[in-house]
Amino acid sequence: MLAQIFRSRPLWIGLGTAVIAALLPFWLSAYLLGVLTAAYYFGVFAMAWDLLFGFAGEVNFGPTFLIGLGAYTAAILDNQWGPPIPVCILAGAVVAVIGGLLLALPALRLRGPYFGLVTLVAVLLLQNAIVIFAGITGGEIGMTVPDVLSIDATVNYWYSLAFLVVCALILFGLSRSAIGLILQASGQDAIEAQALGFNVTKHKLAAFCISALFSGVAGAMLVFYMGTASVDTVIDISIGVQVIIAAVLGGRRTILGAVLGAVFLILATEFLRPLGQLNTFVVAAVALGVILFVPDGLLGYALRRGERE
Amino acid sequence: MVALQILIDGFAISSLYGLGAVGFTLMFGVSGVLNLSHGGIMVVAAVCGWLAAGDLGLGVYGGTLVGVIAGMACAYATYFVVVRPIQRSRAIPQEETEIFLLTGTLLWGIMIQEAVAYLFTDNPVTTRPLISGVTSIAGVRTPQNEIMIAALCWLAIGLLWLLVNRTRAGKALLAASMNPRGLTLLGFELSNMYLLVWTIYGVLAGIAGVLLASFLGVSSANAGQLTASAFSIVVLGGLGSVSGSLVAAYLVGYLETVTAYLIAPTLRPIPALLLLVLVVYLRPQGLLGRR
Repeated sequence: MLAQIFRSRPLWIGLGTAVIAALLPFWLSAYLLGVLTAAYYFGVFAMAWDLLFGFAGEVNFGPTFLIGLGAYTAAILDNQWGPPIPVCILAGAVVAVIGGLLLALPALRLRGPYFGLVTLVAVLLLQNAIVIFAGITGGEIGMTVPDVLSIDATVNYWYSLAFLVVCALILFGLSRSAIGLILQASGQDAIEAQALGFNVTKHKLAAFCISALFSGVAGAMLVFYMGTASVDTVIDISIGVQVIIAAVLGGRRTILGAVLGAVFLILATEFLRPLGQLNTFVVAAVALGVILFVPDGLLGYALRRGERE
Repeated sequence: MVALQILIDGFAISSLYGLGAVGFTLMFGVSGVLNLSHGGIMVVAAVCGWLAAGDLGLGVYGGTLVGVIAGMACAYATYFVVVRPIQRSRAIPQEETEIFLLTGTLLWGIMIQEAVAYLFTDNPVTTRPLISGVTSIAGVRTPQNEIMIAALCWLAIGLLWLLVNRTRAGKALLAASMNPRGLTLLGFELSNMYLLVWTIYGVLAGIAGVLLASFLGVSSANAGQLTASAFSIVVLGGLGSVSGSLVAAYLVGYLETVTAYLIAPTLRPIPALLLLVLVVYLRPQGLLGRR
């Protein structure tokens, strides 16, 4: 099994790209590095979402529920008591996993649009809770954290790249392992997977916990990169939509495609900024075009072409 | 006094919610599509109505008519540009059509919202009331426009009921929501049914958009909120159940109004959201759903 993972082509291409990416700070401006740093955290969000949607088959409209829990837990902890950053991130991860379990409970009973709606409502409730408890959370304005990972753009970039690579390796390995296959089976036909003797409930719970763990940690790290936590940057539904677009754009069920989609999406938004108001329109139109004409996504399409040759 | 105020204000907003949700649920029942660009279509209708009434000088009623037509045109565009290509695509596996439709219409909704903000305005638009003046109902001062809106909503819902239950095309539509395959065996063209349901949907969403603009005001930034509220009402009532949606609309409308009046306006959406989670968890098919 392990040998099979190491022989897969996307992995090696991905690792090669990571090496090139690690050398980018020698050429690129601090501004571009900043954009890419954010894009890499986004890539982790999208991969975590892909594990739930592509593999476990759960339509999660609220990835920002998990991200936001991680981000805000870390930020509040840092603001109130100021423990070292790793402790804050760990706390964020724990709370996000608890949130993931909460989300998993309805998912075990509901299907399709119903579950999608519950996740949407979870985000709205979290958003409202943050506004109501403005005293601790900073409300709609957001809050600044006293500590940051680093003030140097290059160091920040390497942190996020390293984090991305570690997450990608774990998630990609997981998706190609027996667990990934069982998840895929239970996502497509839960009854048949159960009949084959797999514990669907256990695997789905595991998928939720893993997805929540990575979302939460990435959310917390994003906060310590930006130095702020606000509803607009980690919780708003539009952020969740962007995560979904990134994953679908890159290709469902590919994990690595999600990173590609995220980087593409963030870079495109950045380069289209001169268009002003129209840039969101163009990004949405491109994503819609991909869904209509290349439903497998960018990486999915490339892989399929590769198989045929 | 406050109780009566809540009763009157809640009735108008609930009727609007109901009208917005009925088309949404009808379409899900007949063609299995959850249109997440719903709010966008309502916004288009509202903004076009506002433009026609003001800039083009067509007056309030002309503007309303233009708005409804714009809503219908936008619904057609949604169907032909987004929904039908996804439904007919061979590259998309059958069991994943649903998620593609959700994602596709979501993106389309964002495009509509951005286009409206860019081409027209992203400020809230408020059309002039259909009729002005204030009446007093048992001591509560009520704008006549509010009464008019509730009446128009119920008129539209009543006409829909007549159409579905009393006409041949409507009965076929009802049959399509029960058993599409059976209907095709009887020689009906299913794609015509889809076209019909999108027409009805467009008109209903258009009316709801225009009326909302004259009641509370609509801005392009609201599109997502409007979609979310229609979506939750429809799920609360039971997907595909028209009467369930109406019950749910009143439940949500009154719950929100009561919260806003008696507790705090900022908490307005929360009890409805909690109720939704509870119902979906305990009774996933919704209040009056059948699946």
